[in-house]
Order: sequence, then C-alpha cells, then structure tokens
Amino acid sequence: MSLMASIIRRKIRTNHFLLTKNPFSSCSSEMKMNEPIEKILIANRGEIACRIMKTSKRLGIQTVAVYSDADKDSLHVKSADEAIRIGPPPARLSYLNSSHIIQAAHRTGAQAIHPGYGFLSESAEFAQLCEAEGLIFIGPPASAIRKMGDKSASKRIMGAAGVPLVPGYHGDEQDIDFMKLEADKIGYPILIKPTHGGGGKGMRIVQSPDEFVESFLGAQREAAASFGVKTILLEKYITQPRHIEVQIFGDKHGNVLHLYERDCSVQRRHQKIIEEAPAPNVKAEFRSHLGEAAVSAAKAVSYHNAGTVEFIVDTISGQFYFMEMNTRLQVEHPVTEMIVGQDLVEWQIRVANGEPLPLSQAQVPLKGHAFEARIYAENVPKGFLPAAGVLRHYDPVTVSSTVRVETGVEQGDTVSMHYDPMIAKLVVWGEDRNAALVKMKDCLSKFQVAGLPTNINFLQRLASHWAFQKGQVETHFIEHFKADLLNDPSDTTMTTEAYAAGLHALALVGACICEKEQVKSVESLHGSNNLNSIWYAGPPFRVHHLARRTMEFQWDFEYDSVSSNILRLDITYQPDRTYLVQTGDSNSPGMIIRVFHFGHHKFRVEADGLSTDVSLAVYSKESSKHFHIWNGKHHHHFWQNIGLELPTDDGSQHKPNLETTSHPRGTVVAPMAGLVVKILVKDGVKVVEGQPVLVLEAMKMEHIVKAPSTGYVNGLQVTSGQQVFDNSVLFSVKDE
Amino acid sequence: MLKYFAKRAATATSSIVPWFPWRNPISSIASTTPLQRRNFCLGVLPDTLDRNTDAFVSNSETMEGVMSQLHSHINKVLGGGGAEALRRNKTRNKLLPRDRIDRLIDPGSSFLELSQLAGHELYEDSLPSGGIITGIGPIHGRLCMFVANDPTVKGGTYYPITVKKHLRAQEIADQCNLPCIYLVDSGGANLPRQADVFPDRDNFGRIFYNQAQMSAKGIPQIALVVGSCTAGGAYIPAMADESVIVKGNGTIFLAGPPLVKAATGEEVTAEDLGGAAMHCKISGVSDHFAEDELHGLAIGRNIVRNLYMAGNQGILRESPNALPDYKDPLYDMNELRSIAPTDHKQPFDIRAVIARIVDGSEFDEFKKLYGTTLVTGFARIFGRPVGIVGNNGILFTESALKGAHFIQLCAQRNIPLIFLQNIMGFMVGSRSEASGIAKAGAKMVMAVSCAKVPKITVIVGGSFGAGNYGMCGRAYSPNFLFIWPNSRISVMGGPQAAGVLAQIERSNKKKQGVEWTKEDEETFKSKVVETYEREASSYYSTARLWDDGIIDPADTRKVLGLSLSASMKLMAEETKFGVFRM
Repeated sequence: MSLMASIIRRKIRTNHFLLTKNPFSSCSSEMKMNEPIEKILIANRGEIACRIMKTSKRLGIQTVAVYSDADKDSLHVKSADEAIRIGPPPARLSYLNSSHIIQAAHRTGAQAIHPGYGFLSESAEFAQLCEAEGLIFIGPPASAIRKMGDKSASKRIMGAAGVPLVPGYHGDEQDIDFMKLEADKIGYPILIKPTHGGGGKGMRIVQSPDEFVESFLGAQREAAASFGVKTILLEKYITQPRHIEVQIFGDKHGNVLHLYERDCSVQRRHQKIIEEAPAPNVKAEFRSHLGEAAVSAAKAVSYHNAGTVEFIVDTISGQFYFMEMNTRLQVEHPVTEMIVGQDLVEWQIRVANGEPLPLSQAQVPLKGHAFEARIYAENVPKGFLPAAGVLRHYDPVTVSSTVRVETGVEQGDTVSMHYDPMIAKLVVWGEDRNAALVKMKDCLSKFQVAGLPTNINFLQRLASHWAFQKGQVETHFIEHFKADLLNDPSDTTMTTEAYAAGLHALALVGACICEKEQVKSVESLHGSNNLNSIWYAGPPFRVHHLARRTMEFQWDFEYDSVSSNILRLDITYQPDRTYLVQTGDSNSPGMIIRVFHFGHHKFRVEADGLSTDVSLAVYSKESSKHFHIWNGKHHHHFWQNIGLELPTDDGSQHKPNLETTSHPRGTVVAPMAGLVVKILVKDGVKVVEGQPVLVLEAMKMEHIVKAPSTGYVNGLQVTSGQQVFDNSVLFSVKDE
Repeated sequence: MLKYFAKRAATATSSIVPWFPWRNPISSIASTTPLQRRNFCLGVLPDTLDRNTDAFVSNSETMEGVMSQLHSHINKVLGGGGAEALRRNKTRNKLLPRDRIDRLIDPGSSFLELSQLAGHELYEDSLPSGGIITGIGPIHGRLCMFVANDPTVKGGTYYPITVKKHLRAQEIADQCNLPCIYLVDSGGANLPRQADVFPDRDNFGRIFYNQAQMSAKGIPQIALVVGSCTAGGAYIPAMADESVIVKGNGTIFLAGPPLVKAATGEEVTAEDLGGAAMHCKISGVSDHFAEDELHGLAIGRNIVRNLYMAGNQGILRESPNALPDYKDPLYDMNELRSIAPTDHKQPFDIRAVIARIVDGSEFDEFKKLYGTTLVTGFARIFGRPVGIVGNNGILFTESALKGAHFIQLCAQRNIPLIFLQNIMGFMVGSRSEASGIAKAGAKMVMAVSCAKVPKITVIVGGSFGAGNYGMCGRAYSPNFLFIWPNSRISVMGGPQAAGVLAQIERSNKKKQGVEWTKEDEETFKSKVVETYEREASSYYSTARLWDDGIIDPADTRKVLGLSLSASMKLMAEETKFGVFRM
C-alpha cells in the first residue's frame, strides 16, 4: 500500500498539471474555517475506499475503514490506518447501516465521513445524521441531496432555473387517461419512468399510443415494488441520445464551477463501461453552454462539494436536456482528474474543511484526453450477467503518470455476490483522443485477470471498433453494433482465425509448462548439490529417441459455445532445448518453440522467428486445472480435468457383501460382533439404498448398518441392547 | 614443521617488505615488476583430431552407415509388437510400456533405458526389446528401476531373453539400491519355451527370489498391475511390498478362467476370479484400487513419495566431492560418431574420446609416460570425480601393472572407475611371456575384480581376449556396461582364430592321412572368419544381453553421468584385494 501511495505521490509530483503554488494557499486568513479534518472514516469499500485513502494519506489525514464480514481481509481494510467491522455481508446490515457507521466514527475519533459512491452517498438522511452527530459529511448539503433525489422535483427546480429539460410531464396528477393525453402532447416514442430510484428499474419505452396503458401499469407496479413510490413521469424518448455529464464543484462560499464534461454514452444494461473526457466530437461553444447549464443547475440548489449534472444530448438535433444530478463523487471522476490535473478527492476534503475553491472557472485547464474502462467480473456472452469468484491471478498493468489502475482487490481476493462486481478501473491519459485510445487498447491487452469471467475482451473489441475510434458514441452503441462486438459463429473467417489463434496459444502453453517444470526441478535439486540433478538437466534424455509427451486440454471456443473442445498437444523435447509442439494430430508439421522463463508467470517465447512476451497463469479449482495465457492482444483460457484421488461412486467402496453363499440375496449380516445400540427403522418399513437401519457398537466404536438396496426391511428381529455375533443375520431388504 | 612455516609466514607478512625467497630468488628485482611465472593449465586435453585426413573422412562415412542401421533397428523396436497389436492395446484403454514409464517418472526428467535391442534376431519371431522394457528414472527425485512388460509383444510372455533382461534389471537395482517398480502386464512364461524359461537357477523363479532378497535388504518392491498377471506372473504383485491394481484391465490369478474350468468345472469371469475389486476387497493380494491406468500410475508415484528411508541406506544424496557447477567438454560430442573406430587395425588415441566425455575436457593423467598403451587418469563427469582407464593399443606388462596400480588408487580413494575398452588383447610372444605378462595381467584382473567402487564399462572399439577381462568385461560385474554400435567382441579376431583352427585341422587331416587342398583350407578359414564376424557384432552381443545396451557415441557422456548417478553409494566400501602374484 505504501508503494501504491508513493506511486500516486509521484504521479502527482510528475503530473503535467502540477501547479507550483498550492491552489488552496490563496484562501484569505479572515475566512471562517472549520477545524481541519485530521481523520476520515470512509463509509465504503472496494476501489473507491482505496482511492480516497490514497489522497488522504498524501494529505497526512488518517483513515478509518469500515467493513462487513465479507470484506475482512480486503485491500481497503489493509490500506486503512484503522478498520472497524460494521456487520454481516448484506449491504443493508453493514455499508447501509448508518448507526453502526456513525458509532464507528465516534469510536475512532474520525471527524469526517466520506461516503464514496453508492451505499449512503446520496442519502440525505445520512448526511443529516452526520451533521446532527457532529461529524462532517464530505459531500453536498443534505438539502441538495434531497432536492436532487426526487427526479420530478429536481426537474421542476431546474426548469425554473432555466436549465433545458426534456419535453415531458412531471406532474403529480397520475390518472392514466390524463397521462395518456400528456403523452400524446409530447409525441411518441415516449419514455415512462418512476420518479424515484434508478438503474433503469421500471423504465419503459413506448413506441405507439396503443402500447401505453400496459407499459404504464407495468412501470407503476415495478416502481411500487422497488422504491415504494409509484409516481411516474413521462418524457420524450430520444432515439439516438448521448449521455454527457458535467463535473461541477462548489464550495461553502457560494462559488460553483465546472470541470468540463464526460461522455458516458457507451453502456450495457443501463450501466456505463467506458467513459471519456472531454466528450468527443463536441464544439467548444457547446461545451461552455453545457458547463454553464450545469453550474446554474448546481447553484439552483445551493450546492457545494462534488456533483455531476447529467444531460441527454440528442445527436440528431444537437439539443441537450437536463437528466438528473448525481450528488456524489462519480465512479468515472478520474477521467476528469486526468484532463484537468486536479485531485477531486482533495478538493472534496478541502471544501468540507470550509476552504474556497482553488481555481476560478477561467483557471481550470483542459489538456489532452482521458478514458476509463471499467473491468467487471461478468459473463459477456450471457448478456453481461454479473459473475463472482476468486481472483486466482491478478496482474493489472503497470501504473505511470498517464496510466492509473483504481482497484480494491488483490490476487486471491473474492469478488462476492454481495456487492458490485467491478474489479478495477483502468484510466489512461493521452495528448489527444487517438493517443489515449492507443494506450487504452495496449493496457487492456496487458490487464491480466483469471479465475472468473471478465469483460476485458469485450472492452478490447469495443475500443477497437471503428465507430468508437471515430467517437461516434451514443447510448445504444453496444446494442447497435452487437454483431461486431459479440462473437458471431456464422462469421467463418473470424471463426477460423480465432481457432488458429487458440491453437497457437495452446502450443505456447504446452511449451511454457514444460520449460517451467524443467526450471523448477533444476532449481529445487541443484541448490542442494543433489546428485540426481543430472536427471533433470537439459532436455530429458532418452536412449536413441527424443522424449515426447502428450497433453490434453479443454477449451471453450467462444464461437462455439455449445461444446467444449478437447485439444491434444504432442510435445517433443528437442536436443537444443526447444520444443516441437504439434497440435491436433501428430501429422501436423508442428512448431518449434524456444522458451525463456523469467520467473513466476512471465515468459518470453520464440516461435517461427517471432519473439513475444507471454504470461501464463496456472491454478487449480475444484477438479480441474486452469491455464490462462496472455500473448500479444490475445488472452486464452484452457483447462484440464484432474482425476480425483478418491472417486466417491467407484466399486472400491466397502459395501455389505450381498452374495454371501449361506444367505439369500438382500440379507444383511453383522459385520462384527457387537451390541445393538439403536434401531433406526421399524420392520417392514420402506428404505432407500444406503439408509441407516441400525447402529452397532463394537470395540467402543459405533458402526452404522445401512440398507444395501432400496426395498422393505424384513425380519428385523434384533432389539436395542441385544448382543449380536459376527455374521449373524440382522435383517434383509426385499424388493417390491 | 607446519607450525614453523606458519610462524615464518606470520613474521614475513608483518614486516614491511615481504620476503619470499623460495618464490622469487632474484630478490633484487624491483617489487613493482610483475613476476614472470609460467601458469600451468594442467590436464586440459588438446584437440588433436585431424578432420581432413582420408582415414577420418572415410571412418565418418562408415560410421554414418553404422548409425543409420542402428536407428532403423531402434525405430522398429520402439514400435513394439506392430501396428495391429498397438491398436488392440489402445482399444483396451491401455498405454504402451514406455508411455507408462513416461507418466510415472517426474515430468521433464530423463529415463535411462537398458538393452533396447535385447532379443534382436535371437528367435525366429521378432521380439522387440525382448518383450520387456527396463530402465532407470526418478520419481519424486528418487531413482527407481522400472521393469515393464510389453503386452503388444507376444502378450507380454517371458521368453528366455525376457527373463534374462528382467533379472539383469533386478541385479542392477540390487547393486545400486534402486526401488523396483514392476509394471505387470504379462501372460507368464512362454509355454513352448518353458524348458529354457522355467527350471534353471537364472530362470523365471529367480525373479521372485530376487524380490524376496531385495525386500529383505529394504529395497522397495512395488508392483503396478496394469494388465494380466497369470500363473507365475501372479507372484510379482504377491511378492511386492506394495501393489496397485487397475480396475478392468488388471487381473491376478494362478490360473485363468479357461484353466479353472478345465480343472474344476467352475465357470467364472476374469474380473470375478482375480479382478481389482476382488483382490482389494477380499483376497488382499493387492493394496490399492485404481479406477483406470492413469489413476494407477498416480498411485504408483504416491507410493514412491511415501518410501521415505526405505532402501536409502548407503545412497549418497549429496556428494562432498561433486562440484555443483561443471563445464561441458570443450569439443563437440557429436564428433565421437566420427571418431568411433570402424577399422580395428587402425590405431586411434582414446584421449580423443576422453576429451569429449569429461568436464571441461580436463584429464589429469597418471603415469603418462609409463606403459603408454593404457591411458589412466582422473577427471570429472557432471561434476563427479571418476578414474578413467582407456586402451591405446595392445596391453604390455607395464601397461597392465600401471592399470593395476591405478585401480588400487581409485579403490582407496573411493573414486568410481570408467573403463573405455578398445583392446586387441595382451601382447604375445616369448619376450612378453618372459616379462611375466600373465602375472601382470592377473594383477590387473585381481584389482578389477576386487575394487569396491562403482564401475562402468564402455566398449568403444574392439574387445578381444583377456583384454576384455582386465578392462572389466561383463564377467567382472561392472554396474553398467554399454557398447558402441561399431564395436566387436570375441575371444580373438576372426582371421587369427581361422589361422589357429586351420592349423589344428591340417594336423588332424594329416594324422588321418586325408589330403587338404589350399581351396579347402580357404573355405574352412572363410567360414570361421564369417562366424566370428557375425558373433563379434555389437548386435549379437546386445541381443544376448552381454551388455546393457548399444549407445550412440554422442550420448556417452550423458549415459555415463546418469549411470554414475545411479551407482553412487554413500559409504565407501572397503576393498580387500586377494593375493597379487608378484
């Protein structure tokens, strides 16, 4: 962690925006200041908790982490100066449990609480509670949160402040016929949306008037179930919208400024996955209009601290409309930080301290372009369903002044079902959009995660898509270019290429495994001057022939999701320490591969005159061994089944011997002399195979006698406490 | 004395101007001038090979032919019992014996296979590798002897040579303290040849005797029943310390279902009669139940992991003398394929061979100037010290005496001995006899016989007459004996034998008063020469297990290193020589 902190510190120091003068030092001394914050409790988890701690540490502010039982060993807990357990895994019992969090703050003596994003960050009640408890809530005033939390109310306020709104109806009159009339006024297609909540819940798009009633009632039901408030609003549905949001910042002295916009149009399941700043293909004039609108929106609710004003931009008309205001630090805040060269968490803390904003609007720089790609544990082919699992291998890219990895996990951590499945945020900065994009693609190809499915491959395709490269983003981007972004088995050229790439990767896996084994055995023996080390030196020796081995792997070929392929590798150890690897059948010409092992998972391989860096992660999970290989822009996953040492249903398990010559079939005899201590079923009762029937005690141990087959217990004559002899008949099990 | 020097040294270093008169007699030379001394780089053998002579070129060409002939024989043998038998083996879900061993030994480790060409052209039927694969390889770092029946060759039945190869593997295991892993898949003795397989001392029964003897010495005996073990074969797992049986393929019984029916009328399946479940659950003949062959092999590896100290007594784990870092020879080992003599009349320098098998081509020769037809000296192979005895011509009295002296040195220092045989024999003639060559030869044979150090012999050229004895031939039980494909072994050369036999024949004919024409004599001689030629061939030798295998000359260093590693013992055994005839 201290390493991470120092990297961040260095980043700040070498940052291209480094301001020689502390931007906050200009605050005049007569201004009324709070006692400065010395200790912050972070009421959050994961990457954002770690992110806030990094800045806090740099500022010399002590940090307190809170954690649920699911997170007791996680990175944010280890990174904090102090950590307090606040409850069991479910968020409502831990990270949403305001009273426990407040108690934790009091117990540790934290003066302020940073809520991060999500959880309690937009809870006006919590903000108020903090205030009441004498704690500084690092965020906007409770009143602003409340006003912006109600979508209908916020729109009314915005309309009054002159911020453009999507044509629609936000009234209290919810009568269905009245609403339909309003809808007709606005014109179709129309969007039906609950006034409360978010995340796309209860939202309906209505294409024509005859669909209206059904959709309206459905939205009401869902809203009632999810948020407890069934008020609905209507809006014009924009067919080709862009989601552009403006980062604003206000201080407690009435100053508000904006830090330019972010484009977050590319979404799946109504959640952002790639964000960028500034928005591409936007004129300076539009940018300043947007910024001004956002500032007036914030001023309308006397906002201070960090906030984001979301706009929907109609790409056809070029109009923008106010959507909502997020009264928190957003997930994607780093892209803004990168283009303006500021640390927004530092700003939040200073503003919470009562300091004025460090810059005026004119002083806010805008340099270069930044992207953020959100790396999720999710199953892309299965409709981006969230995934959970253990990070068996985790090697994110090397960070630099232009590459940031915001993460809250380490190798070996579990991405649990309880919380958001985001693994990390990859943030890159470049002189312009193209430069940044090149860097992002490179970083994505080197971002190594294994153990659970991720969206990295999908992000790579997205970033490489021509329309994305041109900046032609809109909220339906993924839906629109689905065929290009997801695997299409009907595309034979792609399929053939992908298959060939897979086989090539597999050949490299085979060679790397052999080399690693060799190096490992030599290391383990050589160091001790072991006399047998010669048996492991060089390529394995065979008399008059070359050593060969066969490996079998399974592969889920992404273009053929139905069946998993079993692939065979034939590896021949060549005398010059290279490997001849043949895939498929041994008649294939094969490939000579030379491998250099650099330690751990890093290799360099030379095949067919081409040298490349390769990473190989190997781990065992359940009854299979997994191999992940990263070479060039490819990442492949293969696995082998491991034979279980003790199969459970084999013939070797001891079963009562049914075919004893002296007894008829189904007879159960006492396996040894002993005392019957318990009869578990009555005579004549139906039992299933393996069901315990009685318990014998012999040699001070209890032995359970089980039914040898399914049927009816017959002739169970023994009673509890009775002594039985070895091989005496206990009962029999009859069919029917 | 030492104390005195130490004192002197101490006073010398403490004075300002060091005074070392014994190093620098011209003490008047200014101390800044570096001393002109000759640095000796002792023992590095020079590259004396003249690659441009006709003799070298033609020898290389002949050797190419020899090697390609060898490879064609080997390739046949590696194919086991032929395509049809291999296919049948596969349908039974069985691996081939070499694949079984490959999966047992540590991944990426070496396997020293022995006598690949046993049984070569020995019987009318071809018997690849004698129907049994033997060799040494490590499991969990522990060297083991593997004995694997080849079920694709005559159903894995034991021919006389199969028995001999099995016993030879056990002999090596016994001598080198190697746990034995028997991969049993055999129909037992080959019934038509029972007379040559069953009754004698070194026949089938000896296998179990050896198992008992080794087990008694603490050398683990492990049987993996991957196929049938019928009749006598059943005793291999039964006699083993620990055994594994594979469900389905593995069966153990004294008599199979057909014989049982004939004898008692009982009708029973092989699985019920002697299958894995029966033997693991009821009879207790086997200890571990394996779901399939790979599972069985995995259990086999586990057994070795759990051997711990068994049979470990006397095995050297770490050698105080071995260097962990060693240099490769300075010269190309592949050149040995060109150096190997094909014409035994041509003299060649054995040092060219030594230079290509020892570390850094460094060879500290002993008595270089005396008895020069025998080359003796110290070297290292893969860091391990060895004493090398090599022939550079006919053995004379002096050479034999030098050999006996050197062997005694190695025995006293517990240095393993490597014999490089290229020997035409001891010198004959009146002068030689008068010099007591028989006595000198006897001294060398006495030394070789009694020296209690690991001994490895490689026949690199000729091995004729009593030279074979003095140079640790098969009869002297070297731990290993390997042969180059170009080599020849016989009591004497073909033409010499023909000459001797012709003389005797002529005098017989004379006695009988029969006339013997010059033509008759030539036919007689050529027949003898032909027989000698055939029987002297390395294939004739290796087919009968007079050696542990034909090796590629280029592999000599590796094979020596592996065999040395297998023969190392911790405790120097005390050597006690018999009476040397002085």
